[in-house]
Order: sequence, then C-alpha cells, then structure tokens
Amino acid sequence: MRLPLLALLAAGLAAPALADSWDDTVAAARGQTVYWNAWGGDERTNDFIAWASGALEAQYGVTIQQVKLSDTAEAVTRVIAEKAAGQTEGGAVDLIWINGTNFLSMKKQGLLHGPFLADLPNAKYLDLSEGSAAVVDFTIPTEGYESPWRLAKFVLTHDSARVPEPPRSMAALLDWTTANPGRFTHPAVSNFMGATFLKQALIELAPDPAVLQGEATDEAYSAATEPLWAWYDALRPTLWRQGESFPENESVLQQMLNDGEVDFAMAFDPAAAAAAVERGLLPDTVRSYAPEGGSIGNVSFVAIPFNAAHKEGAMVVANFLLDPATQAHAQDITVLGSYSVLDPARLGEAEKAAFAALPASPALPSNEALGPTLNEPHPSWMTRIAEDWARRYTE
Amino acid sequence: MSALELHDVAIRPCATCAPLFAPLTLRVPAGSVTTIIGASGIGKSTLIDFIGGHLSAGFEAAGRVTLNGRDVTRLPAEARRIGILFQDALLFPHLSVGDNLAFGLARSVHGRARRRAAVEAALDQAGLAGFYERDPATLSGGQRARAALMRTLLAEPLALLLDEPFSKLDPDRRADLRAFVFDHVRDRAVPVLMVSHDAEDAAAAGGPLVALE
Amino acid sequence: MRNTEGRWLRLTVLGLVAAGLVLPILAGLWETGRAAFGYLPAIGAETLSIDPWRRLWSLPGFSTSLSLTLWTGFASTLLALAIATGFCAAVHGRMSAGQSARLLTPFLAAPHAALAIGLAFLIAPSGWIARVLSPWATGWDLPPDLATVRDPCGIALILGLLVKEVPFFLLVMLSALSQVPVRAHLAAGRALGYGRGVVWIKVIAPQVYPLIRLPVFVVLSFALSVVDMAIILGPSNPPTLAVAMTRWFFAADTMLILPASAAALLQTALVAGGILLWLGAERAVTVAGRFWIRRGGRGLSSGPGLVLAGAGAGFLMALGAAALLALLLWSVAWRWPFPDALPESWSLRAWARPAMGWGMALKQTLIIGLATTALSLTLAIAWLEGEDRAGLNRARWAEGLIYLPLLVPQVAFLYGLSVTFLRAGMTGGMVAVIWGQALFVFPYVMIALSDPWRALDRRMVRAAAALGAGPLRRLFAVKLPILLAPVLTAAAIGFAVSVAQYLPTLFLGAGRIATLTTEAVTLSSGSDRRVTGVYAVLQAALPFAAYAAALMLPALLLRHRRGLAGASA
Repeated sequence: MRLPLLALLAAGLAAPALADSWDDTVAAARGQTVYWNAWGGDERTNDFIAWASGALEAQYGVTIQQVKLSDTAEAVTRVIAEKAAGQTEGGAVDLIWINGTNFLSMKKQGLLHGPFLADLPNAKYLDLSEGSAAVVDFTIPTEGYESPWRLAKFVLTHDSARVPEPPRSMAALLDWTTANPGRFTHPAVSNFMGATFLKQALIELAPDPAVLQGEATDEAYSAATEPLWAWYDALRPTLWRQGESFPENESVLQQMLNDGEVDFAMAFDPAAAAAAVERGLLPDTVRSYAPEGGSIGNVSFVAIPFNAAHKEGAMVVANFLLDPATQAHAQDITVLGSYSVLDPARLGEAEKAAFAALPASPALPSNEALGPTLNEPHPSWMTRIAEDWARRYTE
Repeated sequence: MSALELHDVAIRPCATCAPLFAPLTLRVPAGSVTTIIGASGIGKSTLIDFIGGHLSAGFEAAGRVTLNGRDVTRLPAEARRIGILFQDALLFPHLSVGDNLAFGLARSVHGRARRRAAVEAALDQAGLAGFYERDPATLSGGQRARAALMRTLLAEPLALLLDEPFSKLDPDRRADLRAFVFDHVRDRAVPVLMVSHDAEDAAAAGGPLVALE
Repeated sequence: MRNTEGRWLRLTVLGLVAAGLVLPILAGLWETGRAAFGYLPAIGAETLSIDPWRRLWSLPGFSTSLSLTLWTGFASTLLALAIATGFCAAVHGRMSAGQSARLLTPFLAAPHAALAIGLAFLIAPSGWIARVLSPWATGWDLPPDLATVRDPCGIALILGLLVKEVPFFLLVMLSALSQVPVRAHLAAGRALGYGRGVVWIKVIAPQVYPLIRLPVFVVLSFALSVVDMAIILGPSNPPTLAVAMTRWFFAADTMLILPASAAALLQTALVAGGILLWLGAERAVTVAGRFWIRRGGRGLSSGPGLVLAGAGAGFLMALGAAALLALLLWSVAWRWPFPDALPESWSLRAWARPAMGWGMALKQTLIIGLATTALSLTLAIAWLEGEDRAGLNRARWAEGLIYLPLLVPQVAFLYGLSVTFLRAGMTGGMVAVIWGQALFVFPYVMIALSDPWRALDRRMVRAAAALGAGPLRRLFAVKLPILLAPVLTAAAIGFAVSVAQYLPTLFLGAGRIATLTTEAVTLSSGSDRRVTGVYAVLQAALPFAAYAAALMLPALLLRHRRGLAGASA
C-alpha cells in the first residue's frame, strides 16, 4: 500500500521538478554573459553567434561573448591552466564548440560539467537513441556531456571554370595531381580538416573499413593504413610545393583557391562554398561535391567546463541552439548553411515548413551530389594518423 | 643683524678628495655687494651652489651657512629664500616672459589683477614694458638677463647670489647691465654675494673683495 | 639629510618594479621550469623527471625547428645591423634628425603582425608584386608554385624581421651618433687618406657599438623567440621553435604542455647562449679589427658596400610601405582575382559593421594601450624623479633590471605567469593583460625617456628652487612642461608597444581579451583577407596616430616657444 503511493508521489513530483529546475536555470541565467569559446576563423559562424546573442538577449536576457579561437585546443588549455591553479569555480570558459579528441581529452580528465543534455527542453527534438549521430562524437558516446548544434560533412570544392571534371575518388585524385602537379593540397594534418582529409582517404582505401569503428590497435592500424601511406607517398610529391608545406586550415586553403594558387579547397560544411561566393570570397563558378563512395560526416557539439562561471547561461544557449527556429535559421544558405541536427520525424508541420522555405544556390550541392554519410573512425585513428604523418613527413 | 654668514665652509669634490679651497668664514652685510674672486676651476660656482642649497651629489661639504642669524645649511633650496642669478638667464622656455616673472613672484601677493600688475611693473622697471606675452627665446641677451633679475627679485629673497652674471654679455652691454643690477640690488637692502673672475665686475660692485685660494 | 624624500621615492619605485616586474617574471620562469621537469599537478603530472626533455627531443621536426630558430635569429640580427650601419654611413649628415625621425616613424609604429600580414600578401606567389608583373612580364595566368612566403629556409621571416628591425637599429644608431663627434672624426680620417666607408667601419662604428649593444641584444632575443611574425611569414612544417612551442602549449594533447615548458626553458637558454656567443664574437672581432686597423689599409673601394647597404635599407622601407598600402587596399576591395593589379570591385562592407567585431577589438586595444602607457609613464617619471632627488646616477644593475623583460624571451615565462596569476585569484582579464603588457611597455618608455630627462639643463631646476618652488612644483611646472615633447614621444612608443603585444594578451587574457593584434593574427589564418585588412590597418593606424600626436601636440601647444621647438626629436 505504501510503496505504490510513494512511487506515485515520486513520479508525480519528478516531472514538475524537471520543469521547475529548467525555470530555475532560466531565471539564474538572466543577466549572464556566456563566454563561448568557438573557432573564430569563419566570419559566417561569428556572425551567426552574434545573431544568436541578440536573439537570446531579447528572449532570456542572456548575451554571448564569443571568444574567437584559432584552435579549439586553446580553450582546453585554458581550463587545464585554471584547474592547475585550483580554480574550481568562476572559470573563464563557459561554453566550448568542441569535437572528437578535444572532447575525449576533457571528458577523461573530468573537466566537463554534466550530464546536462537531458535537462534541455529542446532535446526532445533530437534522436537520442543509442548510436544516433546526436549522441556519438567520433564513436565516443557523449553521455549527455555535450549538446549537438550543427551537422558537418566533408566536401571538396573546385572551380568549374578551370577544372570542369573533378576526380571523384582518392585514386582518381592521384591521377589528376600526377597530371597537374602543384595544383592540389590539403590543410596541415595537425589541423582538424587536414586530418579529416586523410581519414576520408583511409575509409576509401582501407581493406576493411569496419575495423575503423573500433580502437586502433597496433595490428589493425598497420594493416588498415598500409594502402593509405602507399597512396600518400605517391601523392605527396605532386602536391603544392611538393608537399613540403601545407596551409594551416581550410580557410587558408579556400583563399588559395580564390587566388588561383590551387584548384581545390575542402570543407566540413557542404554550404561553405556557396556562402563564400555570396560574400565575394570565391568566384561564382565554384562547385562542391562529395567523393562518389560518400563522405565523412559528424555533428558539432557544445560542452560546458566543470568550473564555468555561467553554467546556467551556457545551458540556455545550448537549448536555444536546438530550437527548431534556430536550426532553420542556421540552415539558411545566406546565414550559415549548416544542416540541421534535429530528427525530422520529431518536428511538427510548422517547423518542417520553415526548413522547406529556405533559399537555394548553384554552389550548394544537391542531396544526390552529397551521397551517403560515412561514420567517423574511432578518435584513436585520428591521433595515430596525425602522429604517424608528422613522423613520416616532417623533416 | 641682517647678513649672510659663512662659518668654516669647506667643500670636497668627493669624500676622500682634497678640499677645493681653504676653509672660508665670511660675513656679507646687507645693502652692499661682496665679491669673491678666484681663478676658474677653484670652486666659486660650487660655493654658490652650496650656499643656495644646490650642491650636486658626490660633493662633501663642511661648515655652516646662516642667513639673518638662522642656520639654513640643512634646509632645502626652496626654503632658504636665497635668490640666484646665473651666468645664463635660465628663463623657462615653456613660459612667456611675463609668466616667468609670475613664477617668481612671491605668494604673498594675492589676486590675479594684483599679481599681473606687480609683474607688469617689474617689466616696466626692466625696460620690458609690453613684453608679457613674448617668447623668452625672442629676447636679446641683455633683455633676458634683466628679465631674470626681475624674476629673482619678485621672489623677495632675503639674500642674493650672483654667479658671474655678466660674463656672457658683450662688453658694451655689460656696463649697462651691471649698473642696472647693482642699482636694483642695493635698493633691496639684502646681503649680496657675487663670484667673478672679472676685475671690472668687482670694481663696479664697490664692496669688499675676498680672494678664494 | 635633504635627500630622504628622494630615497623614499626611489625605494617605493624600486619596490614596485621588483614586485610588479621582476617577481612575475621569476614566478613565471619557476612555474614553467617545474613543468619542464614533469611537475604540473593539474594534468596529473606530479613526479620530477627529465621525461619532458626526452619527449621534446623526440617530437617530429624538433631539430629542424631548432636550427631554423638559430638561423633566422642570427641572420636577421646580423643583416639588420650591417644594413643599418651602411645606411647610417650613407645618409648621415645629409638628413636632419627630424627628417630621419619622420622617415622612420611609420616603420617603428607599425606592429609586427600588421607588417607581416601585409608583407605576406605582397610577396606571395599570388601577391601584389606578382599581380603587377603578370601576365605581361611573367606570362603567369595562374600563380607559380614558388615558396616565397613561409618557405622552408625562413627567408620570408628574415625579410619581415629586417623590415622591422632595420628602422629600429637606425633609430638607436642615430641617437648614439649624436654622442659621437662624427663630423670631426670623419674629416680627420679622410685627411689621413681613408675612404668614407672605411672611416665609418674603423673609427665611427667602434665608438657607436658600445652605445647600442643592449638594443642589439634585445633584437637578438626578439628575433630568436618571435611568434606572431613567424606564424605569418615563417615556415610551417616544422615552424621555428617559438611557434612550435606555442602550438604545443595550446595542443589538444595536454601532456604536450610538459615538453612545451622544456622548450620554453631551452628558448631561454638559446637566448642566453646566443648573447654569450655574440659577446665572444665581439671579442674576436675586436682583436681581429685591431690588427686590421694597424695594417692601415685605406680601402677607397668600400663605397659600393655602402651603396648596397643604403639601397638595401631603401628597398626594405619600400617593401614595408607597399605592405601597409596593400593592407589598406584589401580592406576596401570586394573581388580581387589574380592577376589583376588592382581590385576588380570595391566595397566598404568590411569597414561597415564595427559592431560585429572590430569596434570591440578597437575599444579593448585602446583601453589596454592607454592604461598600460599611463601606468608605465607614471612609474618611469617616478623612477627618474627619484634618481634626481636622491642625486644618484643609475647603477648598472638598475639598467639591467629595466632591460630584463626585453631580454628574457616572452614564451619562456608567460605560461607560468598565467598559472601564477590564476593562483593569485586574478582571473584572466583586463587587469592581468594590462599588467602583463606593462612588463614590456615600461622598459621601452624608460629607455625613451631616460636620455632626454638627463639632458634637461639642471640649472633650470635650480633656478626654480632658488625662486622658492618646492619639489612638486619643480616637477609639474618646470620639468614636465619643458620635457613635454620627449614625454609624449615616450608615451607614443609605449602605446605602440602595447598595441603590438601578442603573446601576453593571448596567455594572460584567458582568450577573453581580443585586441586588434590577437584578432589580426587569428584572422590571418582565415579566408577573408578584406576583414584581416581592416584589423591590420587599424592595428597599424593606432600607433601611427599616437606618434603623430606626439609630434604635433608639442608643436601646437608650444608654437610660440622657439626655445622648445625642435628640441623634441
């Protein structure tokens, strides 16, 4: 008699308790300035964050101060330095745009606040089932320590006026660079984009791509990467500057495409080229495409450090980013052009219509041209490939 | 009783150096100009520095300076009320001629209008009427020297030191300025001590002569 | 006795300098040093060992980074010294001090990062020079695959350092030359049958060198440890040690902080070793030079060397000016495809939205710059006034103290310093950045102000005292107004140094403080050269405006005071 009553009471209390705690969060967040540490190399993203700050201030009285990073690891180092100094609260970093190895590194060292994803009301629009892209970051389960905000997918960009028929596989790319030496390069492998290029090649060239979803053991690693290094050994001398130096990141590479120093750029965002044309940063003859076997895709996340000074504000920002209206605004090609992370099946009619009404552009690849999305390999592959590459090709 | 007195004053360029001159004891009575003569380099200007409170670091001095019976040896320069006229006029280059005089004018004169009038009067006496706003750099050497004297006198010093004040002027100007300076300082009835290596200066001063050796 | 007050002032200032300047550097070195030997509890490293050094040695590209650092550091310093000497010999006596100051000002004012960004665009294979010459002269419809920027040998970096360091050497040389009877010695030497260039090398240079030795060490230390310019112009795979170390400090793999700290200590040792090596070379040159001079060679043929050095300096200045112009042009361009010599379409869009970025950075830069300059200037004046009142000359150790922050490489102690600041509860922010920048601004203000301060006619001050003016009135009503021009010049130099600071803002600002410099360096690795142009133009314009104000304000305020006009430069 007593037990069911207690259970009933508990159940009855639990739901409002959640709502109450979110209301408390919103109330506590009012007036806070959230220091969002986000890579600052992309003006569109910076502008989007500035827009979000304005919208949040109107709605919740929360403002965002973007801390523009040239590398996400800067924010990680900052949190570590704070922990080193024994600063367990009032930290300088409130929210980090984070992925993969940086997330793994912070999670392992207990530098993250959470789990908090389930506390966000808008999390109901996400597919939270196990293995879904919204809860896995580079094969690592996020366990609620980060919240998704944008979808990324690897594409190559070329100037159709100079290269009408671009190579559509890594093998074809080698043929093309051999015929056109010095006209192709990739960002340095220490950079996320450069590493992604190698991972894309790895997935295409590995004898058994399935092993990439597991930890990179010594045995699996040497077997899987052997064709990759053989291919790269042949490719490297045909690269821009004979593969002896590389652009820092995809933005520099995009500028090189614009200057005509190379004929290809690459991005982790199918709309990047279309948006660059819009802003006068690329000629309007550029087109984006994915390799024919499909390309690597993943979701970008935001996470909150354990010692963040404005945790409530940071959660309000994370929740706002998951709002269907925000996601539709972000997918607008004139804004960000980043694809939505929400599960279309969980959206209402009105929300779906907002996505359908977005404008198009010739530089924006069609769904067909994008092909299937390939899963990211386990992060240990990226770490090992980057180290191995540095050892092999740094004199 | 109104006099500037030196008691056994000796100065060394450094703690272990020999003194510049034999210990000097001297009484300079008010209303006359006492002249110290000596070869250049013997320390005439250093003595003036010591009396005025401007001795450079490194110099070691012994003896006392009293002014009207009061021992001023340990007072800072600005508290001694001993005016100095240097070889150069040393008008402050950032101030107009009039403002230079106003800088010197004693605090006891109150009110903007009265202070302005006092300065104008002094300019008038120095033959510099209408020069209030002039840039000191545009004055002739003689004009500058007269302005400097007026600036010094406006501070109402209780004693006056003259450090070869005429040595840089050309000979025909020198006599004029000498007369001008001595007329004015005698009027003030304060002790005046002049150092010079020029016999004409000493003769024109008409007071006692002390040789430094 | 009467100097008690001076002593107190001096003690206070020394205490402030020790606590504010020396202690942070030592604390920073201590923290970095501990991490270099494996002690950094925050990342779970708690045992002392030499593993970080082993790891450092085995990091890919380490030895190349090391030799690159030594090569670019020494080559740029030596070349800059040679070119500046040659240029001085060529123009001395033909140009007034004021003229040369006006000529050098833009190059001294322009921050390293802005110049580097402009230069990178100028000399890149798709850069302005190539665009102007293509395709009519070169036949290039597409940029050639040439490594003219970020080349593996560091030539572009050396060039960038030269553009900045040659004017600096010229400035210190011209001021040193004013203390040497150049005209008389030249005449004497030439009357003995020595060529003009030979007299410069055998007679004038040996007299000037001791006066500029400390600035030479500052430049050597800077060139060995520069980060912002090396990121933009230097090789990238691998980069110089200082850049590699900065990357390791901020790497995703946090255990890299340990070998990075070891590298920071190594960097300090490099600079110390570099200076010792330089001192050794100095001795050798002195001995060799004496023999050479005794041989009595007249060497009338050294003329071409002088012409070459003079042309080199002229070329560097033209390069610098074109770099700054290129920045301005990009900031108002819309599309500027290769090989057009000028933009195809123009737009003010990059300037049009200050609220979206540059407005904030400009505000932060101004606040930090003004605060640091005011702080440093106050401290410098208090120091100099203390010396005056105590009647003491500056001891050698005090001179060394002032130069300390300029000789110890920034990377060596900034990470440790940021940890120390955090531990002291100073969360990274304005105060920390202002403090951190003042470490580097104060020495320059002090150096700029010391000579004019000592050159002030002491009798002016005595005359004021004899008129009854107390110490404060003497300072504010006599000394400072007379020294208005040099004080403003020192302030402008301090402001320019503050605006150009990169690493202190990066390390101590917790990433929250975005100045024009940090933004410009970040954006230089972005895709929009037009926005980068805006930041770099602003970054160069601020110090320039400060110098212009320092030149014009005294001229305006003191236009009726001939005695002070021209006394400024």
